[in-house]
Amino acid sequence: MTRTVIMLSLCWTCFLFYAGLGLFLNGFLLVRVELRSRSACRAEPLSQGRGGQQLGGSPDSNSSCWMGRRFSKVIVLVIDALKFDFAKYNPARKNPKPYENKLGVIYQNVVSKPQQARLFQFRADPPTTTMQRIKGLTTGTLPTFIDVGSNFASSAIQEDNLIEQFVQNKRRVVFMGDDTWEGLFPKKFFKSFPFPSFNVKDLHTVDNGVLQHIYTTVESSDWDVLIAHFLGVDHCGHRYGPDHPAMADKLNQMNEMLRSVIDRVQNDTLLVVLGDHGMTSTGDHGGESEAEVNAALFIYSPLPLFMSALPRDPEVVSQIDMVPTLALLLGVPIPYSNIGMVMADMFTAGAIPHGINHHKLAKALQINAIQVNRFLESYSHVAKDLPVEKLEQLKELFSKAMAEYNNLITGLGPSENTTLEQDLLRFQKLSSVLQWYLKATREMCQESWARFNVSHMLFGVALLAAACLQCFLISEIASIFKTLYKELLLYPVIWGLASGLMFCLWGLLSGTVVNPLIICCWIAAGSHLGFHWHLWRSNNHISNKLTQISNSPTQQKWKSWSKLSGALGILLLRCTAMFSNSFVVTEGQVVSFLLKSIVTFTVVKLKWEGKFTNPSLNTPFVPETQKNPASVSCRRECFYLLGFLVAFFLCVIFSKSFYNCREELMNCEPSPFLKPLSSLKYSQERNFHYILSISSLAILVYLIRKWFLHYGNLNSSHLLVLFVRLGFPLIVLCLCGFWAVNAAPEETSVKLQDLIKEIVVVVPGIVCGLVVTGFLIVLWNPITVFVKDSRQSDETLITSYKGSSRVEDDSLHVIPQIYRKMQQSMNVHFSGNYDEKPTVTAYGLGTVYSAALLTVLTLLTLLLIMLHNERMALAFLLLFLEGFSFLEIHGTARNLSVAASNLGYFTVPWYAVTAWAFSATQFFYATGHQPTFPAIHWNAAFVGFSEGHTSNILPALMVGMNTFASHILFAVGCPLLLLWPFIREVQSSKNKKLGQESVEEDQMMEMRLRENPHKFSVALLQLGMRYLFVYGVQLLASVCAAAMLRRHLMVWKIFAPKFLFDALSFVVMSVFLLITFSFMMRVDVVVSNWFKELILKQSR
Amino acid sequence: MRDLELRGMVSAHCTLILALLSATFVTPLILEDFHLIGTHLVWLCVCSASVTAVSVILCLALGTSSVSSKKNFSQKVTKVFRSCVLFSVSCLVFHGIIVLYGAPLLESLWETFLFAVLLSTFTTLRCLCLLGPSLHAWIRVFSKNGAMSIWDTSLQITTACSIFGAWLGAIPIPLDWDRPWQVWPVSCTLGATFGFAVGLVGAPLWIHWHKKQLTYKSR
Ligand SMILES: [Zn+2]
Ligand SMILES: [Zn+2]
Repeated sequence: MTRTVIMLSLCWTCFLFYAGLGLFLNGFLLVRVELRSRSACRAEPLSQGRGGQQLGGSPDSNSSCWMGRRFSKVIVLVIDALKFDFAKYNPARKNPKPYENKLGVIYQNVVSKPQQARLFQFRADPPTTTMQRIKGLTTGTLPTFIDVGSNFASSAIQEDNLIEQFVQNKRRVVFMGDDTWEGLFPKKFFKSFPFPSFNVKDLHTVDNGVLQHIYTTVESSDWDVLIAHFLGVDHCGHRYGPDHPAMADKLNQMNEMLRSVIDRVQNDTLLVVLGDHGMTSTGDHGGESEAEVNAALFIYSPLPLFMSALPRDPEVVSQIDMVPTLALLLGVPIPYSNIGMVMADMFTAGAIPHGINHHKLAKALQINAIQVNRFLESYSHVAKDLPVEKLEQLKELFSKAMAEYNNLITGLGPSENTTLEQDLLRFQKLSSVLQWYLKATREMCQESWARFNVSHMLFGVALLAAACLQCFLISEIASIFKTLYKELLLYPVIWGLASGLMFCLWGLLSGTVVNPLIICCWIAAGSHLGFHWHLWRSNNHISNKLTQISNSPTQQKWKSWSKLSGALGILLLRCTAMFSNSFVVTEGQVVSFLLKSIVTFTVVKLKWEGKFTNPSLNTPFVPETQKNPASVSCRRECFYLLGFLVAFFLCVIFSKSFYNCREELMNCEPSPFLKPLSSLKYSQERNFHYILSISSLAILVYLIRKWFLHYGNLNSSHLLVLFVRLGFPLIVLCLCGFWAVNAAPEETSVKLQDLIKEIVVVVPGIVCGLVVTGFLIVLWNPITVFVKDSRQSDETLITSYKGSSRVEDDSLHVIPQIYRKMQQSMNVHFSGNYDEKPTVTAYGLGTVYSAALLTVLTLLTLLLIMLHNERMALAFLLLFLEGFSFLEIHGTARNLSVAASNLGYFTVPWYAVTAWAFSATQFFYATGHQPTFPAIHWNAAFVGFSEGHTSNILPALMVGMNTFASHILFAVGCPLLLLWPFIREVQSSKNKKLGQESVEEDQMMEMRLRENPHKFSVALLQLGMRYLFVYGVQLLASVCAAAMLRRHLMVWKIFAPKFLFDALSFVVMSVFLLITFSFMMRVDVVVSNWFKELILKQSR
Repeated sequence: MRDLELRGMVSAHCTLILALLSATFVTPLILEDFHLIGTHLVWLCVCSASVTAVSVILCLALGTSSVSSKKNFSQKVTKVFRSCVLFSVSCLVFHGIIVLYGAPLLESLWETFLFAVLLSTFTTLRCLCLLGPSLHAWIRVFSKNGAMSIWDTSLQITTACSIFGAWLGAIPIPLDWDRPWQVWPVSCTLGATFGFAVGLVGAPLWIHWHKKQLTYKSR
């Protein structure tokens, strides 16, 4: 009964966390569905009807799509971070700053040739990072964090874009400059000269590289589209800021380059010079401040392009407007998902007489509107995130404009009775309507794609915080509850369901559609309310205790708080570290530092409290003779502890050599262990590493076996023991073979290769099968106890209680006696000399629980190692060693500070839980992972599948298991924190035995848990709650960081991925925690049944 | 009695703080191109040296009055020798601990070692001065009920503060501010020094405020 209650309440708590997390995610993640459709040349939006034939007449319209092209070539010069202020020129300025008045060529052209050259303000949509901007400039949409349907593994653009349209319509695209483009458009360019862009300190490599090629390319004739991306200005900004002489040099260089390019531009070529974003006064960018968003756009054409009237202030143009403009000017289809609007200036003026310009503009706008409308229709078909009413309005507007346009066109041809003036007016009106339509569409999309839902985020955070608080409270006071199920389960669930039901009713009555997520959140909120209401109001003894703490004199208050302060203070420190991008980037080191600090602090605190020295030693002037021999044991314990401390530190330090790098870290070398064996060049090196990984695997399994042997769990002939004896080595052998085949060089005979292909698929299957068999066996019978009955007669093993023969009556009192007896004989087994006294000996009874758990843990580890690359086996060995040394430290420390018979022994202290959770995070990094999407080990999905998958679920599962391997292992190993002090009890009392024979208190190890089933359950509950709390607080911190810094320039690179990884790791961890805890309950049930059977046998 | 001792401690601590300050502010007058952060290692050496000198002088001045006047010469020599050995061992131990805490093992070996020396000066040297070269006494002092005089209490406080300061100093290193004091081991040494100074100031104050609670076992 208690077991079920505890499992259910843990599940319920997890549900509370999930509800908060879900609500936050719903408000935080900007999701846009990426459509894979492409615009095609054939699918003309406006059939070349009469209007088109009459007026679309550019000479070479046969190579144009949708609209006759005006230019046959275009040069796009991207000057990264070309702020509008850089391009502005004011001759009246007396003392120009380093970045002012440097691009004189733009000014001269704009003033002297107003019909050919013009400067615009070029508004970028946030996030103003180069890659997102290039995406925007080529697809014409707004980038969001997760473009559903995009592929995380490669950065290639999946949506329809300008480059693809150029390529599809047989234009030769030549590219030079920033190699980001190569990643975004792989294999699209006719010719390309990419240069590395990553080193911010390098101002010249990219620019010089571009300058080397650009003039010859412009003069040659084998290109139609030329894209050149200069990075120097941006890097100069990052390095020195805009206000620095280096910037002046850089801009002067750009000025010269522009002058030379303009001199070389031919008549049919359009020149576009643009900045992808601006920069702040410190030279950075990424956010949405005015300085970052305002870039410059300069357009030059050798032929007259603009109306002669020069606007006083440069016009403001949105960046995505460039996409349809360029597409129509060059006669290619507008990319499918574009929501930009053609630039009116580029279509109004020209050589053609006055009135017809408007017709041309209207046509361009009409094509643009048709394309946007088509996109909106198919988008709203796929995704539902655009507001319905707004869509209806827009649709109406569009159909009206369409009708008007058709009217105008048909009216224009035959009947020439309407005057030109009237037509002109109608065209103007139509154009403004179309412009209005396009603008409204863009605003609507911006609103629904680029806005956070702040109220959802806020309530999500509140729910998460409440869940953390509840975990903390339950873990602190679980032992005082009288009726667990009422406080933990009944009241919260009833309250939660009631509030959920109320919300549903309200939804029904008011007729609104109710989102299931919102219902869950209402349930969670109600549950929190119910929990606190009953905790603080009705339950007197609990609130008494709580108020007693707060009312006690300061001295005591301090004491009760200082118990928590060490570990929780460090936890708090870790949480605050999540708000700084540098700490998140170096999180691996930060966590290991804090982990080491916690463990050292624990040991030092033991010393401070004088646990190493015998109390009598504390008074220093005791004569030598009186010194208790027990002090020897204490000193040995101390050295033992120090030894494990050093071992622990060494494990942490060595695990550092498995760290992967993130791109934010300069001069960081990714661990050589991340490369698979087959990529090693020299066979000697390969052999060495192969042997290294095999031996670490073998050592791992050997150590586990040794542990089983040491605690006598390998004596019985149970199936499980057989499996541990034979199955483990078998799995190891399989893995060795698998790795050997994997690492084998490519150049082998065809026959052998076929065999290899076979093996690569079959062996992982075998391993998987073995592991599953192991799980089933453990689940079926997790007991590894060997009972040896060496009695000659039916001697009284059990002293019958009151002479009653009724078994149930007896069992209560008999159970302790049985294992007291058994334990006695086990002592004999441990100390090595065989006792003549006939007894029933139960080998391995003291470690039934942990033996079962360790079996599961080992199986899981072997499975996870298989999903990693072979060289990571060493990291997993380190993980086990670190876990083991920590458990030893923890066990010893517990035994030194609390007597085993004490009831406080059943609580796992905060430092242990925190350190355990930190170790999980540390080994997340030490198994070669990083919380960024490019760092995910995708090849884990292909272990055992050479061809690929039919569904998405299995590979996602495999990659997830790979990524969160350490979180899984530590979650599964979590109950060991409770069990280990009981196991360590053996040693400590054995040590005592050396000194004094009189210690009557015998070790019962994990049988103490059996003795106190209720305590055991409560202890598990407490442990689970604490572990959930530690994870939950970290999750809360990263959620808050993502929410508060959502406009930070690093949010999409650092905080948001970190938050997503944290959220996923929390979910994975909690699921495995629940599984482990139910497994522990299962073991407990089996053990108690086993005892019952034993008693039945004895009583016969 | 207690007040007298306390006054003595205040003056001793003041001298130590003066030593720290003079190492920082007087040396630039003598040495050219001296800067707290720019030539950090020089400052480190000067600081350790001055603290060592002041501590030893204080120790001798106070020590002659209380304990070791009647000891003969050879005993004194062995005592001094033992102290030197202990001090160097503690430097090595600190070095090891710092490396275990994540300092680079091979690069900037010298910096790490000097940092260890500084920490030893702040902790071990004071132990040597106040308790003499006996490990037993050291182990005794650093536990909850181990202090037997206000000097022991002050030793506990200054040691804890120095080490805590060094620990805190490690925290801002990963930040991307690119400040000169974020270079290893500048922030840690500054933290340790600052912690030491705080400990020196705080110990007498703490003892003063907790006069009533402090009960030492009589010798
Ligand atoms: Zn850029
Ligand atoms: Zn940049």
